[in-house]
Amino acid sequence: MKGAKILIESLKKSGVEVMFGYPGGALLPIFDEIYDMDIKFILTRHEQGAAHAADGYARATGRVGVCIATSGPGATNLTTGIANAYMDSIPMVVITGQVKSFLIGNDAFQEVDTTGITRSITKHNYLVKDVKDLSRTVAEAFYVASTGRPGPILIDIPSDIQMADTEFVWPEVVDMGSYKPTYFGHPGQVKKAAKLIVKSKRPVIYAGGGVVTSASCLELKKLAERIKAPLTWTLMGVGCFPATHELSLGMLGMHGTAYANHAIMESDLIIAVGARFDDRVTGRLDAFAPDAKIIHIDIDPASISKNVKVDIPIVGDAKNILGELLEEIKGSPDTAEWLKRVKNWKKKYPLKYKDNEKIKPQYVIEQTYEATKGGAIITTEVGQNQMWAAQWYKYAEPRTFISSGGLGTMGFGFPAAMGAKMGRPDKQVIDIAGDGSIQMNTQELATCVANKINVKVFILNNGCLGMVRQWQELFYKKRYSQVCLSSPDFVKLADSYDAVGILVTKKEDVRPAIDKALEIDNTVFVDFHIEPEENVYPMVPAGEAINNIIGGLA
Amino acid sequence: MKHIISVLVENKFGVLARIVGLFSARGYNIASLAVSATLDPKISYMTIVIESQDEKILEQIKKQLNKLINVITVTDFTKEEHIERELILAKVRYSIKDKAKLAAVFNKYIGKIVYHKDGTAIVEAVGDRIQIKSLLDELNKLGIQDVVRTGKLAISKMITKKNL
Repeated sequence: MKGAKILIESLKKSGVEVMFGYPGGALLPIFDEIYDMDIKFILTRHEQGAAHAADGYARATGRVGVCIATSGPGATNLTTGIANAYMDSIPMVVITGQVKSFLIGNDAFQEVDTTGITRSITKHNYLVKDVKDLSRTVAEAFYVASTGRPGPILIDIPSDIQMADTEFVWPEVVDMGSYKPTYFGHPGQVKKAAKLIVKSKRPVIYAGGGVVTSASCLELKKLAERIKAPLTWTLMGVGCFPATHELSLGMLGMHGTAYANHAIMESDLIIAVGARFDDRVTGRLDAFAPDAKIIHIDIDPASISKNVKVDIPIVGDAKNILGELLEEIKGSPDTAEWLKRVKNWKKKYPLKYKDNEKIKPQYVIEQTYEATKGGAIITTEVGQNQMWAAQWYKYAEPRTFISSGGLGTMGFGFPAAMGAKMGRPDKQVIDIAGDGSIQMNTQELATCVANKINVKVFILNNGCLGMVRQWQELFYKKRYSQVCLSSPDFVKLADSYDAVGILVTKKEDVRPAIDKALEIDNTVFVDFHIEPEENVYPMVPAGEAINNIIGGLA
Repeated sequence: MKHIISVLVENKFGVLARIVGLFSARGYNIASLAVSATLDPKISYMTIVIESQDEKILEQIKKQLNKLINVITVTDFTKEEHIERELILAKVRYSIKDKAKLAAVFNKYIGKIVYHKDGTAIVEAVGDRIQIKSLLDELNKLGIQDVVRTGKLAISKMITKKNL
């Protein structure tokens, strides 16, 4: 069997239903096989779109996302998408074509050192130098991508390997001696943690993306309810716990709720689950939660005590460990007094905005929540739109909020929505966008329309790069440097692709436009002209302690 | 403080680049690095010397190394009994009248002249950190023109069950 055919057969064996990509010279043998294959193929209009779509598909479904692009520029165009998935621990298999193996290193046409370029943004990568290694490499790639702390794996395949012949042997079992993630928590550590939890007076659960990855939302909820501890989440953790739950504190950190930040800072015990104490969460490290002991549950040993010194680390899969912990906890801490304090903070510093006759972005999100009854998958671009979408939509389920957390990639939301919709066609998928971000990947309108992937894009159009403008307003004396930008007429733009565009300039038109967009059986761009100077609050200035909160409290 | 870490890796294409790339990407410094195959040609052995005052950074380096798919084991010799050695080759000014001086040096250290011509000798020497440093001080008195070093090698004193 030819290498190209082996690749397709291996993808089928790995359970791939859909792949996103773009052809090119170094992939011709593979695309000749794709012509006949029964895996759904989505031709994007840019390789970056393919990578983000595979990423969005993985986030929405929990399965491995697959994308493919040619050597050279195809591969370099994927890199932003690969780095994006790497930072957020998203399982992806990325396939790139490479120049013929005997030309490698020769500065051949469309040659780049793809494995070299992607080494630091993949969990692992492979250059296939012998067709006999191909099927095993694919099997390993899917295994490594989806186990342990997940991440993107790249397989670079020279075109002569795609044409080379060998017998197709599929390894039913992947055995990698040097790769063995830990899944079960150390019993001694779990016991210690259980004891500490019962003794605590002011516990807070701090949940991250690892809860979503390990599908342990149910166990998490059980833990919170059993020990009566308030629970806050990171951007990646949005959806892991119902936002309307009485123990919910919302998101913490730079744009977290004031009450989540106060609760963390005043706590005597932080139970971190699948979170990594990122700088956007901790703020000034030496001032972070001064009285708190920390229990840290994570599958990645390198995440433990990387930023914040941890008292009880438990390495393993959060689902197993939370289960073990629930067994081990005897009794419950007395948190009545603590919950009263938390309730007071909630009352004193609620998440709020000044509503008026203009279109407030928060209002658009609230109306989106109501129109979809909380049942949509929301993807976001990056900046103010992202923070408002995280703050104002009340997520009830995991995998319903899809956002570029670690890398902060503008242009992510639209192609990610496309991928999410491919994975969850039963769901409304809405990209909450800004007028800046959306312009980074509008070419995917063609992909959506051609493949009838009906996603909705709600553009919170303030005529500027809002988050950068906000920082310039607050910290750079309102010297607005290169943040005002013009946009095309988004209605005409959508129309030119045979999608639908709706312009909304009046507050009373917001809800009808949302309802209409959700009903239309096509991709829809809704261009909301929002209050241009609205800021995201609350806000903790970079490098400050996270209870040093500005704005949004009056 | 210098820390010696040994890393057992699968002898695969690009593994050295992965290790070195990890150090540069995360801003760690390598003081020396020695790599070679083990008895099993599929496995290579790296001895990496790291200069770090910060225990936390050293911990991170070890954890990040362990995360690499091709890394089999990471051993920190800071906390383990071991033997360490380094080989140096030095070009020194040399005339017959220095012969006695050099002989005296090599009475104290393991080394010898391996080549000499026209007032220059190349000497080789093996030793641990302290020996190499003292030796270089002595040779300096004669006048070192050039020196190359292998970087440190280290092996655990623990009895290994399996020969690698």
